[in-house]
Amino acid sequence: MKIAVKHAGKLQVSTPSEREIAMTRVFDAPRNMVFDAWTKPELLKRWLGVFGGWKFAICEVDLKVGGKYRYVWRGSDGKEMGMGGIYREIVRPERIVCTERFDEPWYEGGDALDTTVFVEKGKRTTVTTTVLYASKQVRDSVLKSPMEGGVAKSYDALDDVLASMPAKNK
Amino acid sequence: MQPPGYGQVNPARLDATFAALADPTRRAILARLASGEASVAELAKPFAVSQPAISKHLKVLERAGLISRGRDAQRRPRRLEAKPLAEATEWLERYREYWEENFQRLDALLREMKISQKKRPHTKRKEDSR
Repeated sequence: MKIAVKHAGKLQVSTPSEREIAMTRVFDAPRNMVFDAWTKPELLKRWLGVFGGWKFAICEVDLKVGGKYRYVWRGSDGKEMGMGGIYREIVRPERIVCTERFDEPWYEGGDALDTTVFVEKGKRTTVTTTVLYASKQVRDSVLKSPMEGGVAKSYDALDDVLASMPAKNK
Repeated sequence: MQPPGYGQVNPARLDATFAALADPTRRAILARLASGEASVAELAKPFAVSQPAISKHLKVLERAGLISRGRDAQRRPRRLEAKPLAEATEWLERYREYWEENFQRLDALLREMKISQKKRPHTKRKEDSR
């Protein structure tokens, strides 16, 4: 099953397999630059998760196979939120595979596996991050969709309902 | 990599919402209720199913918090509850918005990096002519 969420604009969110969620975005820069922005703490601190008062308290990256990364954000109210993982594969500037685990897990099944692929074409870089969860169940809990039809169908249904369309009954 | 900013919605409630929405008859009922409250008989009318079957669907919708019963004790009209629906659309939209926000900051950062690279084309030491 392959779904693409509606109203995605530039950023595409999809489910390439039943255990995955993928996110694709095009950046107007060569991929070595995008790769750096993705992996160097001083650059990550400028963009990842720094919104609404949240800032990095810890941003450590040991970019080698078996190396760890550790991100902790701190909100303006002092609340902290941390995550981290281990690099499994690094092909600069093409591909990063790492595990992810949140300090306070919001999905079950332990670590998820993130694969980020950087593809350069005509000075632009398409980045796809695919998160592989322990099972379909865990993936679905992340999508908050318990049913087979998938989330896109629900959202289509929601659109219909919310648009207050008269019922088309058979 | 999915830090804060989304996921504040009660997941059990979302599950119930999506399960309720999985059925076309229930979606049609919700669509009908979007244009105003209606009694069970009124809701059953357009469908080729029995009133008890409709009542079953209404129970599912009620448990999911998607509909409630009006005050009129005799008609007991059902009406749409907008909040759970709004929460359900919000979740994925929030997820997407969260990342799009991150990526717009990254766009700005990359623009900056490109400008400073142009100003200083020889970034690697061995290429530096001086």
